[in-house]
Amino acid sequence: MAPLFEMQNVEKHFGTVIALGGVNFSVSEGECHCLLGDNGAGKSTLIKTMSGVHTPTSGRLLMRGETVHFEDPRQSMQQGIATVYQDLAMIPLMSVSRNFFMGNEPVKKWLGFDLFDHERADQVTMDEMRKMGINLRGPHQAVGTLSGGERQTVAIARAVYFGAKVLILDEPTSALGVRQTANVLATVDRVRRDGIAVVFITHNVRHALAVGDRFTVLNRGKTLGTANKGEITPEELQDLMAGGQELAELESSLGGTV
Amino acid sequence: MSDSAQDERLKSISPLRQALVRPELGSIAGTIVVFLFFSFLAFDSGMFSPRGVLNWSTVSAQFMIIAVGACLLMIAGEFDLSVGSMIGFAGMMMAIFSVTFQWPVWTAILVTFGLCTALGALNGYIVIRTGLPSFIVTLAFLFILRGFTIFFPQLIERKTIIGGVSDAAEGDWIASLFGGKVGESFFIWLADIGFIDVFERGSRAGQPVVDGIPALLLWAIGLVIFGHFVLTRTRFGNWIFASGGDAQAARYAGVPVNRVKILMFMFSAFCACVFAACQVMEFGSAGADRGLLKEFEAIIAVVIGGALLTGGYGSVIGAALGALIFGVVQQGLFFAGVESSLFRVFLGVLLLAAVILNTYIRRIITGEK
Repeated sequence: MAPLFEMQNVEKHFGTVIALGGVNFSVSEGECHCLLGDNGAGKSTLIKTMSGVHTPTSGRLLMRGETVHFEDPRQSMQQGIATVYQDLAMIPLMSVSRNFFMGNEPVKKWLGFDLFDHERADQVTMDEMRKMGINLRGPHQAVGTLSGGERQTVAIARAVYFGAKVLILDEPTSALGVRQTANVLATVDRVRRDGIAVVFITHNVRHALAVGDRFTVLNRGKTLGTANKGEITPEELQDLMAGGQELAELESSLGGTV
Repeated sequence: MSDSAQDERLKSISPLRQALVRPELGSIAGTIVVFLFFSFLAFDSGMFSPRGVLNWSTVSAQFMIIAVGACLLMIAGEFDLSVGSMIGFAGMMMAIFSVTFQWPVWTAILVTFGLCTALGALNGYIVIRTGLPSFIVTLAFLFILRGFTIFFPQLIERKTIIGGVSDAAEGDWIASLFGGKVGESFFIWLADIGFIDVFERGSRAGQPVVDGIPALLLWAIGLVIFGHFVLTRTRFGNWIFASGGDAQAARYAGVPVNRVKILMFMFSAFCACVFAACQVMEFGSAGADRGLLKEFEAIIAVVIGGALLTGGYGSVIGAALGALIFGVVQQGLFFAGVESSLFRVFLGVLLLAAVILNTYIRRIITGEK
C-alpha cells in the first residue's frame, strides 16, 4: 500500500540558493516519522513545502499514491495536512475556546445572522482538553496562562479535532522543560495510536527516539537516509545530523555526549 | 469538572481578580467615580437637569462614534491617526459637493461616505502591502487629508469655511438621518406635564428646553451596539481578536487577516464620516479646522476602556464608557466653573492611569512576570 503522504526527490531553490536538494520522505497512518536536522539543514523549508507555503521547484508530492499540488496552505489543510508551529500555535491573549476554534468557528443562526456558537465551542473545548489530560479552570481561561507544553497540546488537539490526517509538528519540544516534554511526547503517542500520521521535526535525538517509528536525517538540504526503530543508535543519529567528524572532535574536547 | 480532574496547583481565584481581567472593569469604576464626583461638585449647576444631561451626553456621543471605530481597529492590531483629519475632510467634501457643486445633499453625503471608506481601505492596503506600522502610514494621511481640507475650499471659494448646508439640506431625508431630532412630540408632552421646563422668553417661548434626541446620540448608541455585537457574538469578531493578537498565528489558522484589517480601517473611516455628517448638519457649515486632535481623543477613550495598545484585547462597551467619562468630565468641569484648561491635565493623568492598569491586567491574563 502506498504511504499516506510522500515526497519524491523534492527540490526547492530560492534564487541561487538550493534550500532543498533532493528530499525523499514518506509517512503512513499511525506512524511517527521523525525528521532530524541541525539548524540550517532545511527543516523549515521542508515543513513549508509540505504545508503548501512554498511550492517545490522540482519533485513530486503524493497523497495516497496520487500526485498533489499545493498552491497555498489552505489547499494542504483541505487534504488533511495540519502543521503545528513551535511558537505560533496559539494567541496568548485569547481564551482557550476562542483559540481552539480560530478560523473554524462554529455558527448558529439567529435572525438570519451567523453567530459564533459560544456554548458549543466551550463544550467541545472542555471535552477535548479533558481527553488530552489538561485541566482548565474554564473555556474562557486565556491561553497565556497555560504552560508551553499545554499550548502545544491544545494546538495538537485542535488539529486532530479538525480532521488532520497528517500532523506536522515543528520542534514541539525544543523550548520545553522535562515534564512538559514528556507530556507532549505522550500526546504524540496518543494521536499516533488513533491512526494519524505524525511528522515530528526535532534536533533532539532523545526526544525523537522516545516516540519515533522511523528516522530520517536531513543535512544541507538533502535526506541522508531513513532508518527504522531499533536499527540505529543515538550516537549514529547525532553524527549524521551534525556531519560526523567535527562533532566527534568537539565531543571529546567537551568530555561527553552533546 | 469532576474532582478527580482538578489540578491541586490551581489556586481558587477570587471573584475580584476574575472581574479584573474583564477589559471594561476600569472604565466602569471610572464612570462611577466621575458621576459621584460631579454630583457633589456640580449638582446645583444644572448639570443633571434635562438640558444638562443632553449637553454632556451629546458631547459623549461624539466621542463614542469615533471611539467605536478606533476600538475595533486597535483590537485588530492597528491605529488610525487620520481620524481627525478624516472628519475635517469628510465634512468639507459634503459641503463642497452640496453647496458649491449644488448636488442634492443626499448624493453629497453618500458620495462622501464612499470616498472616505475608500480612503480608509487605501490606508489599510498600504499598511498591509508595505508592512509599515499603521502609526506612520496614518500619520501621513493625517497631514495629507488636512492639507486637502484647507486647500480645496480656498481654491474654490477663497475661504476656509463653507456654509449654507442647512438651506441645501432642507427636506432631505438622508440629511435628517444625521442632523434631525427624534421624539419631538414626546418632549412636548413631557413639557406639558411639567417634567421639563419650557422657554419663557424669546422666539422659542413655550417650547420645551429639550425638544428631541439628536440623531447623533442614536448613531452613537447604534454603533456601540453594532460594534459590541460583531466583536463578541460573530465569527468575524473572533478574527478581529486573532488578527490583533498574533497576525501570523491567525494566518496559519486560516483567518483572512488582511481582509479583517482593511475592513477595520474602512470602518474607522466610516465612523469619522458619521461624525462629520452629524457635525455639518448641526452647524450647517464645514470648517477646515474641524476634527482637530480627535484621533487622540478616540484612542484615549479606547485605552480608558481597557483595550491594549498592542492589540488583541479590548471591549467596545469599555470604549463607550471611556467616551462617556471623557464627555462628562469635559462638560462637568464647565458646569462646575472650573478652569477648562485643567481638563487636559485630568486627561493626561487619566490616560497614564489607564495604561498602567491595562499593563497590569495584561500580566494577569498572560501570566507574564
